[in-house]
Amino acid sequence: MHVNTRIMPVEFEYLEPKTKAEALEMLAKYDNVKVLAGGTDLIVKLKTGADIKVDYMMNVKEIEELNYIKLEDNLVKIGAVTPLSTIENNEIINKYLPILSEAIKAMAAIAVRNMGTIGGNLCNSSPAGDTIPPLTVYDAKLILAGKQGTKEVSVEEFITGPGKNVLAQDEMLVEVVVPAPKENTGAAFIKKTRVKADISKINTAVLMERVEDKCVNCRIAMGSVAAKVVRILPAEEAVRGQKVDLNLCQKAAQIVSDEIKPIDDNRSTAEYRKEIARVIVEDAMKIAWQRSGGEKIND
Amino acid sequence: MTKHEIEITVNGRKRRLTVKPNDLLLNVIREDLVLTGTKYGCGIGECAACTVLMEGKPVLACMILAVAAHGKNITTIEGLADGDKLAPVQQAFIDHGAIQCGFCTPGMVLTSHALLNENPDPSEEEIRDYLRGNYCRCTGYTAIVKAVQSCAKKNQ
Repeated sequence: MHVNTRIMPVEFEYLEPKTKAEALEMLAKYDNVKVLAGGTDLIVKLKTGADIKVDYMMNVKEIEELNYIKLEDNLVKIGAVTPLSTIENNEIINKYLPILSEAIKAMAAIAVRNMGTIGGNLCNSSPAGDTIPPLTVYDAKLILAGKQGTKEVSVEEFITGPGKNVLAQDEMLVEVVVPAPKENTGAAFIKKTRVKADISKINTAVLMERVEDKCVNCRIAMGSVAAKVVRILPAEEAVRGQKVDLNLCQKAAQIVSDEIKPIDDNRSTAEYRKEIARVIVEDAMKIAWQRSGGEKIND
Repeated sequence: MTKHEIEITVNGRKRRLTVKPNDLLLNVIREDLVLTGTKYGCGIGECAACTVLMEGKPVLACMILAVAAHGKNITTIEGLADGDKLAPVQQAFIDHGAIQCGFCTPGMVLTSHALLNENPDPSEEEIRDYLRGNYCRCTGYTAIVKAVQSCAKKNQ
């Protein structure tokens, strides 16, 4: 099929709520509403002929009450329509959630990050979404609102498959809530791409909490290796409570490589992904450990 | 589709337009306002030839619904010069021969302009990083980076 990306071929009515309450009412009132934030995924999908039913396009980017970053009761709270470029440069994020900032800085182009929002990246629910591994290891909770009220789900519960999540037709994501990591916690994010602005061939986030020379809590998330971003629980288990050294990092990285079942696609192959997973997880663990205050691990 | 009245400020001038919900900002700029400096490249946000500044920040006009731009302040390449006086980064592109076919140049210049506003003293690495989404298929980027570098405060 010939695709003409000069135009938007899909027809729809346009809605622009100014408040969260107004948006929720519109979602309840109309059928086949698509929530539009930055448009950097949705507009492209619609232009290139994706099978998306949209009768009403609801632009949520003008809802100022959903555009914020704040620290409250040791929780970092990010409004769903906060632009990615705002998050990457924010002091609270850089202090408490540095790998979220690193992951965003590694995404796409500045113009795309000025348009795209954190809520949009999550709701697009791509297996390669770069904000997802950091938010997974930071144990972020997502606040979903509907006319009936709100509910809270973890990132892992939220995303169910490629482009799929638990949002009901009349619900929207309104806030990302992340507990500020404890003292002596370090994290790292690594992604592999062909050129810098690319979508990840593979990405990983690792978080390690240290007590003296032991890791008491470890979370490892991998992107682009399954239908959604996944945690590798057996690897996390192998690290928990252990003295951290090169051996342990290599052992955990090998478990990750053995556990994942990636596929061949446009961006990479299953074979490469399994190989490189081992390398980037080992590297990410070394960085996370050093950032937690642990001793530098040399090869 | 219900048409919408929008008001956008383009290059300092208020413009009132009637648009359909699925009209793209890029086409409104190029066709309704006849500001053809903004280019259609890939149409899917990969090349940044359609870059314009919205409230001073680079965005891609090929992925923005015109109706969603209501009330915004937009600068296109036509609005960067002050009358006959080119913006410093425009002059620098000429002085450094940072242009070949010229198709990427409007987006490249606008993105560079935004970078220099944000960070008046960017290093080469920072310039390359900020411009990484703007594709140029002729120059090999070296002259472009040099042009932007020459505008850094420390080199004035």
